[in-house]
Amino acid sequence: MSRGTLIDLLYLVSATTFILALKGLGSPKRARMGNIIAAVGMLIAVVATFFKQVDGHNLNHVPLILIAMAIGIVVAVPTARYVRMTAMPQLVAIFNGVGGGAAALVSITEFVHIHSTRPATYVTLEVLLGVLIGTVSFSGSAIAFAKLQELMTGRPVTYPGQQILNAIFGLAGLVIIIIILVTGQTLLLWILLILAFILGIAFVLPIGGADVPVLISLLNSFTGLAVAASGFTLGSNLLIVAGTLVGASGILLTRLMSKAMGRSLSNVLFSAFGSVITAAAGGADQRPVRSGSPEDAAVLLSFASRVAIIPGYGLAVAQAQHVLRELAEELEAKGIEVFYAIHPVAGRMPGHMNVLLAEANVPYEQLLELDEANSEIQTADVALVVGANDTVNPAAKDDKTSPIYGMPIINADMAENVLFFKRSMRPGFAGIENELLYNPKTTLVFGDAKDTLTKIVAAVKAS
Amino acid sequence: MGNALLQYATVLMLTIFVGIEIIAKVPSILHTPLMSGSNAIHGVILVGSMLVLGSANTTPETILGFLACILATLNVVGGFVVTDRMLEMFKAKPKTAAAKKDEVAS
Repeated sequence: MSRGTLIDLLYLVSATTFILALKGLGSPKRARMGNIIAAVGMLIAVVATFFKQVDGHNLNHVPLILIAMAIGIVVAVPTARYVRMTAMPQLVAIFNGVGGGAAALVSITEFVHIHSTRPATYVTLEVLLGVLIGTVSFSGSAIAFAKLQELMTGRPVTYPGQQILNAIFGLAGLVIIIIILVTGQTLLLWILLILAFILGIAFVLPIGGADVPVLISLLNSFTGLAVAASGFTLGSNLLIVAGTLVGASGILLTRLMSKAMGRSLSNVLFSAFGSVITAAAGGADQRPVRSGSPEDAAVLLSFASRVAIIPGYGLAVAQAQHVLRELAEELEAKGIEVFYAIHPVAGRMPGHMNVLLAEANVPYEQLLELDEANSEIQTADVALVVGANDTVNPAAKDDKTSPIYGMPIINADMAENVLFFKRSMRPGFAGIENELLYNPKTTLVFGDAKDTLTKIVAAVKAS
Repeated sequence: MGNALLQYATVLMLTIFVGIEIIAKVPSILHTPLMSGSNAIHGVILVGSMLVLGSANTTPETILGFLACILATLNVVGGFVVTDRMLEMFKAKPKTAAAKKDEVAS
């Protein structure tokens, strides 16, 4: 067997591991194994590439390749390892963005390499698509990162004529691609690059913070497609398979994620939350609410027989998951039944709460998914809302004008009493007023979730 | 338009169906790790980056290829490590306890 064939065979092995890995990632039991399998496949592919011959000679610039990899590893490993759990979504966004950037760079470099040989039209098209999609993914991810990291406002950024302007950007991109294909005017590639960069930013700006995870999933899929496009240019089956896998599964995943929020994908991408919010946020400010001390909350909890805990992003921010578990254990010691009602999109990513509570060693059986939680919550004496807001907002059920109308929620208002931990009266991530705060069943406990919970644990212990 | 292109197009078509089929049934708690895992997989662009840097003849090509290699390595390494860290949290504690019991019993 020649060296080339052997390398292609190793690439085939690697492509197969990616398929197995994606399959594994879909089941809780095999997910971690799946990820490791993919990493091994990746290692095989990279090592094999060092021995590959291009243009009839061995790989040039091997020391440079190694230096680049070393830089990448030195930056990526500590970042990925030690960034706080709450910042995970941003990390995924940024790692996706650099992938898109790399795909665009590969396409550009290959184009610079071959354009003197007057490549066929379809080769140019592959390059242009790679550049366009990769760059959109790169700049879009950068804005998504900025939104999640709160470097800029998480609210949708809107301006007059936004949709039309975006459509013009998109059309202009297509026109430039056609002109390049017809005239072979390669200088226009740089204009396409700039345009794609702006397009990525303009596309992401109007999307509200709560929807950003769905968006990241979509951009992830884009990067896959950009990688597949570079695979065509380079003539690499491995890149085509891996890129297309991610592209196709990513689009489906994006749809699943928006479905979990009870909205259609086009609604997430183009509805720009903002236009409705101004109408909804107006009137409701000055109404009375009932607030209580942590000690009041402790009394209420101690006399309950079933308690439903509804966690949200605020729990992650306050890093209060361990104290929360402690409280649950104290209550159970008193013979009170405790369960956790997990909304599929609680936190900033689906599964965020499961990860967080698992970290605090909360037993898996106590975590109930939406439907089950809602049927159980009707018999609960107390619903304890810790750091959640939009996912318990009854407006999703009965206010047709609300931007979250139609999203499935956890029916905290069905419990006998509601304890709502809040830092302030500020609305939640989606920027929508929450009617549940004014419900006569509701007692608000103001303060940092961790502080409040610590005080409650002490009070429950003492009683 | 040669046979090679047709072969790539075939691979593309088939892979689209595999990609859709393979994640048709994923519980919502795994959406995030799945997204993060596939994010790492498209880091395979590292192979492409190595090839373009490895065949670079001019300085601009070398610079672009070098940058591509750095970005792609960030994507691969960061992607896998983040995903692993997420999935670490899914260790099924009660299950391992049950498995241990089984071992004792057998």
